[in-house]
Amino acid sequence: MIDDIKRIGADAPARIAAATSVEELRAVEADLLGKKGELTALKRGMGGLDPEGRKVAGAALNDARESLEAALASRRSELEAAERATTVAAERLDLTELLELPERGSLHLVTQTWDRLVDVFIGMGFTVAEGPEVETDWYNFEALNIPAAHPARGMWDTLYVDLGDPETVLLRTHTSPVQIRVMTDGAPPIYAIMPGRVYRRDTADASHMPVFHQIEGLVVDRNISFADLAGTLEAFTSAYFGGSIHSRLRPSYFPFTEPSAEYDINCVFCEGNGCRTCGQTGWLELGGCGMVHPAVLTNVGLDPEEWSGFAFGFGLDRLALMRHGVDDIREMYTGDVRFLEQFPS
Amino acid sequence: MKVLLSWLQEFAPFPSDDPVALGDVMSDLGMAVESIERIGEGLDGIVTVKVLELRKHPDADKIQLVDVDLGDGEALQICCGATNLTVGDVVPLATLGTTMPDGMEIARRKMRGEWSNGMLCSGRELALGEDHSGIYILDPSLALGTPIVEALGITPDVLFDLEINPNRPDAMSVAGVARDLAARLGLPFAIPTPTVDEVAGDASAIASVEIIDPDLCGLFHVRVIEGIKIEPSPRWIADRLTALGMRPINNVVDASNYVMLELGQPNHTYDLAKVPGGALRVRWARDGETITTLDGIERLLTGRRDGVITDATDAPVGIAGVMGGASTEISETTTSVLLECAWWQPMAIARSSKFMGLRSEASARFERGVDPAIADLAARRLAELLAPSGARLVQGSVTVDGNLPVTPAVRVRTARVNQLLGTTIATDQIVALLTPIGFRCEPTEDLDVLSITIPTFRPDTTNETDVIEEIARHFGYSRIVGRAPTSAHTGSLTSLQRDRRIIRQILVGLGVHEAMPLPFLAPGDLARCGLPPEAVTVTNPLAAEESILRTSLRPGLLRAIAYNESHRIDSASLFEIGRAFGVPTSGASLPDEREHLAVALAGADAFAAARIWAVLSETLGLNDITIDQSAPPAGLHPGRSGVLRSGGEPVGEIGEIDPGVLDALGIRERVAWLQLDLGASLSAPHGEHRYHHISRYPSSDLDLAFEVNDSVAAAAIATAIRDAAGSLLVDLSLFDVFRGHPVPDGSRSLAYRLRLQASDRTLTEEDLGGVQRSVVSALASIGAPLRGE
Repeated sequence: MIDDIKRIGADAPARIAAATSVEELRAVEADLLGKKGELTALKRGMGGLDPEGRKVAGAALNDARESLEAALASRRSELEAAERATTVAAERLDLTELLELPERGSLHLVTQTWDRLVDVFIGMGFTVAEGPEVETDWYNFEALNIPAAHPARGMWDTLYVDLGDPETVLLRTHTSPVQIRVMTDGAPPIYAIMPGRVYRRDTADASHMPVFHQIEGLVVDRNISFADLAGTLEAFTSAYFGGSIHSRLRPSYFPFTEPSAEYDINCVFCEGNGCRTCGQTGWLELGGCGMVHPAVLTNVGLDPEEWSGFAFGFGLDRLALMRHGVDDIREMYTGDVRFLEQFPS
Repeated sequence: MKVLLSWLQEFAPFPSDDPVALGDVMSDLGMAVESIERIGEGLDGIVTVKVLELRKHPDADKIQLVDVDLGDGEALQICCGATNLTVGDVVPLATLGTTMPDGMEIARRKMRGEWSNGMLCSGRELALGEDHSGIYILDPSLALGTPIVEALGITPDVLFDLEINPNRPDAMSVAGVARDLAARLGLPFAIPTPTVDEVAGDASAIASVEIIDPDLCGLFHVRVIEGIKIEPSPRWIADRLTALGMRPINNVVDASNYVMLELGQPNHTYDLAKVPGGALRVRWARDGETITTLDGIERLLTGRRDGVITDATDAPVGIAGVMGGASTEISETTTSVLLECAWWQPMAIARSSKFMGLRSEASARFERGVDPAIADLAARRLAELLAPSGARLVQGSVTVDGNLPVTPAVRVRTARVNQLLGTTIATDQIVALLTPIGFRCEPTEDLDVLSITIPTFRPDTTNETDVIEEIARHFGYSRIVGRAPTSAHTGSLTSLQRDRRIIRQILVGLGVHEAMPLPFLAPGDLARCGLPPEAVTVTNPLAAEESILRTSLRPGLLRAIAYNESHRIDSASLFEIGRAFGVPTSGASLPDEREHLAVALAGADAFAAARIWAVLSETLGLNDITIDQSAPPAGLHPGRSGVLRSGGEPVGEIGEIDPGVLDALGIRERVAWLQLDLGASLSAPHGEHRYHHISRYPSSDLDLAFEVNDSVAAAAIATAIRDAAGSLLVDLSLFDVFRGHPVPDGSRSLAYRLRLQASDRTLTEEDLGGVQRSVVSALASIGAPLRGE
């Protein structure tokens, strides 16, 4: 009997290896270990042996069964892996063979720039205020220390609308009227930015539109100084444009601020080395700023001796154009999908 | 304002070696340098030549062949596009290898088969002015082959173009720019005293002045100059005027302009012979009065708006501060001149020049405010300039005062200076900064308060803050060390601002592009889009197409759809968030301005709009807004549109654009449409998505199909199912809509899947049966029987 067990043990590896599919292997397994299998038949024949012989044969049978089971399992996993590999190979897809792309939309460049700017200022502790686009002369000019017939009115080509007395209601020429609304509707301390759409009586060309966008900032608190203005704009500049871009302030004039300044940044294209975009100066003019004029504070009922503040503002469209190298502002406003889809986010 | 370095140097010893650095200082003082031009540079290689012969180009109409002589007697052929040449002219030739001032290099080249051995130059090509109408014709007596710099006697110089702010009247003159610059650089500044030989006589016996309206004119100073001989100005005066952008006319006009540019005092010269009795009067104009100005145009004046200078007969001879009249103009026959140096009320001149649409170098200065103390100096300087032609200033003058503003001394507190600037500038440092620009600083009883007398050339400066700006300017903005204040608030968006971002992100995810059409419309645009014509109109539009403010986002987005279609971009999906302007509600002074979202989907039907709305309303939690199709909005498809209502109030519109509107706009495809009033729909609390417990017990589905009359909205069926199914219903979806046999005409089958689940147990057959019975009977009661019953 021992010889029979040895013989089965010796023949089995070849038979297991000869199986070329899981199914064939299953047949081999049945022949060896199944109910009608060879080992099972031998086990049944053990009844005719003496106790000692039965013990020896039983041990040998168990060893043989274990080793056969291990060999079968190993072969099975080999065959299964091979069969899976065949299936997987047959399922190959070319992932660039796309027939129907899902439609992807896009945010307008102005919105993208607006959100980026707003996010930087929110990080600096500013709230976001908005106001109407059609304004009264008082909010747009008078309250900002620009009385009627003031020569400075020539700085803005104003579009008026046919409401009320002539030239009393207009399309706001800047976001500054929102400053007045923020100061009259609330009370200091004020740390607010005011993005919005503004209007000028301008013929559209590559760098002008009668409708465009600005963002304005206003801080009113105790002991706010020009140094706070310079520091705030410098912090914003490096946060928005990157650490290598810095700001500078140059004397300027606006009726609603004093001292007033132009806000320049290092040219973002040449980082200050001088290039065509910055006219070799290394600087880009971004906008205007200054300390809120005492007359403006008085106009909204704040005592300029108790409160001081600064304001700044700059155009948003140009930042959008600059970031993406768009050379004609009109492109942003035609609604041409071939333009819009170029800037998914 | 343009200034020449050599001219500035007449007032202070500015260095010549680094004009760029000088320009940087001017910019830092608030006189921004827009350009720096080096005169006389880049002209090497340009020489005088004589035109020997002009020939037609055999193969080009607009080019002629010019043979020129460089002085060696040889004919050299040049191709030239200008037509102002005649044989014998001496002209500038850029020889081969020359680099022009604009950087262009001159090389031998063929033009339509003919060789050109250089380029004949216009004034602009030589950077000697703006004239580009023809070749610059030179003095015919010049030796040929002479370098142009030598031939023209060009002295190298630097021209700065400065942007002057409205609050810097002092910087509207060469002397004023020099004063500011010298102060910053610590250089001595002085205006030279004119050397004038006055002739005996008495100007006050020759001329007289009467100011009738002192609120118009603060000062009227008159002098008489005799021995006038009209001739061209000396070369150096003409060159300086040209460099600063003024055309030389004759010695008198040029001297007048020269003084204005140099000292900032606009002035006017009358032909004394044409002013009866030498008498001038100053008053406000009267309505309907007319005057022909120096430019030959007859102008209608407006009373109390325009000021006039009249002669003794009360006939206007000039518009105050804006432009002189033609009747007393200097001419070839002029021998004596009445010279006016006046101070006009700045606001009056601003108004007059603006409404008359007539701006001049004079009005630009008067409206900012000229220095009333400089009239006498200016008059003598003008006489000095004219003296070489034999003109002589007559002794005596007439000076009449009107109302001149008086600026009291300004008290400036050092503490306030530093509080506003964030600096630590000491009082004596303030004195050192202000004194060189003419501000007289005197101590007061308080050591840290100065009493400051404002110079007459700084009328813009009237209070402490104005002075603080001057201190900051001369201290240097760049020296003020920045520090960022700590905000008293936490930065945040409002809920509307957050919702806008959510809406935009959803729409982008759904494949819609954000557009920003202009909010202006042309007359008829609203009607073409099926909208009521009432709208706010623009008083002064640049074009009729921009004369109406939109009352809806519809016209703008549809125009963008049409634009895309016409550029072969079909099925454009666009959205916009923007303001529309209704006519004011009663009592309001401003338009009914509302912010809307609009979505236009070309090539899509109303269902596309409804699907987008379903996603938006579910995300934002706007469950109470319903679609009401009972009265479709004007301009939308009558059978495929509805009003969005929140609590009965309309907050938007949804559906498809009316085919008639599409036809009118030339749009071929269907356009799905959604517009939502963001203020009205998002102001109430919304979007609070409460947690619903997820049951651990199995769920069961119940599929039920109902026969529903077309007049009943599917939304109403869904509501009825929800109500009847009660709390076991966890999800409801419409999965099939079927029209046709055996469903009767006018009805359709709506098939719903109800997912039922309890939170505390597994549902039984009895539970399911109970729900089905109550749903079926509830729907039957509203006329929607279960299919097959």
